[in-house]
Amino acid sequence: MSTITTDIHWDIPGTYVFDLVLSQQGYAINKMCNSLKSQASRDEFLADSEAYMARYGLTEEQKQAIRDRDWLQLTQLGGNLFFFLKLAATLGYGLYQIGADMRGESYESFMQTRHVPGAV
Amino acid sequence: MARIVAGIGSSHVPSIGRAYDQNKQTDPAWQPLFEGYEPVKRWLQDDVKADVVILVYNDHGTEFFLDRYPTFALGVADSYQVADEGYGKRPLPEFQGNAAFSRHLANCLLADEFDMTLCQEMALDHGFLTAMPLLWDHSDTGWPLQVVPLLVNVIQHPIPTARRCYKLGQALKRAIDSWPEDLRVAIVGTGGLSHQLNGERFGFINEEWDQQWLQRIQTEPEQLADTSTRDLMLAAGAEGGEVIMWLVMRGAMADNVEEVHRFYYAPMTTGIAVLALQNAQ
Repeated sequence: MSTITTDIHWDIPGTYVFDLVLSQQGYAINKMCNSLKSQASRDEFLADSEAYMARYGLTEEQKQAIRDRDWLQLTQLGGNLFFFLKLAATLGYGLYQIGADMRGESYESFMQTRHVPGAV
Repeated sequence: MARIVAGIGSSHVPSIGRAYDQNKQTDPAWQPLFEGYEPVKRWLQDDVKADVVILVYNDHGTEFFLDRYPTFALGVADSYQVADEGYGKRPLPEFQGNAAFSRHLANCLLADEFDMTLCQEMALDHGFLTAMPLLWDHSDTGWPLQVVPLLVNVIQHPIPTARRCYKLGQALKRAIDSWPEDLRVAIVGTGGLSHQLNGERFGFINEEWDQQWLQRIQTEPEQLADTSTRDLMLAAGAEGGEVIMWLVMRGAMADNVEEVHRFYYAPMTTGIAVLALQNAQ
């Protein structure tokens, strides 16, 4: 039997397992991102992102990660990729740009590590 | 009596959907992928002729939010919508369900101690949508078969174990076998194979493990069902852990299966695979 703990230490390098601890910490981020599933909401966010973030009660640290487009920081603060991809799409960022940023390298150098970089 | 006529494992990568919608079937980067699915599509159309597909997938924060995230959910409706997951709806027709068959599955699964969330409305995102047009041709208005969406939480931990997913498949098989009407049922497990979209380990991929998975799911499902969530995420990447949804499909198949077709392609950040199985004669 595996040991049951309330807060699991996943210990996987370079990985922030989205568990209930991160989910609670990032709840406001993910709730805001979850709202961006209609064009009207996306337009509203783009028109005044500060007001939009304030409405969902993001912390200053969380807001700054979004202003900085710092996807790794956003992940560490509890943002879940599947939710913040909606924010990224609203802002015109794609998955592979986000990934390159999280790896700490340029988009071009990340793409050179792939078998078929044309399959985007 | 209902019977299972096909078991399919298939990835559900959003970029495949974009490529499909942008008609990139002959684009050199995408052609291998579409050609790889083609024999499965022909087999499903010419030989299998399923009436309904139970498609096992996960929602990506589209229809379900973290305020009350279901571990397992089953559609029990007569129709399902295409979701807007942040960049507009894909131009695909809505899906026809089979509420009576879904209700039977729900009744059997709950009696079998699988306490599903039961849904009269479910908008479907790429977890569900990606495989559908690769496996079945559709018109502007509809699909050639009915669908039953079965959702598994793989995005917020704790997620169900591999063993639990395998057992859910076995319970599904019992439920399908006990439906009195003639019905040809296909079951599709989606997700994977190896990939990681999270943290500095973004882009991790394990092609050797993927190849083993495609073989072992056929011959050693019991051993795969014993794999821990952490071991799966170490070997297949944090998001690759979603391969447990293939075990729902495998659990619904006979102990002995035959491979009809297999295709694997890892162009970017995911080991993309399709595996078509049938129960051994």
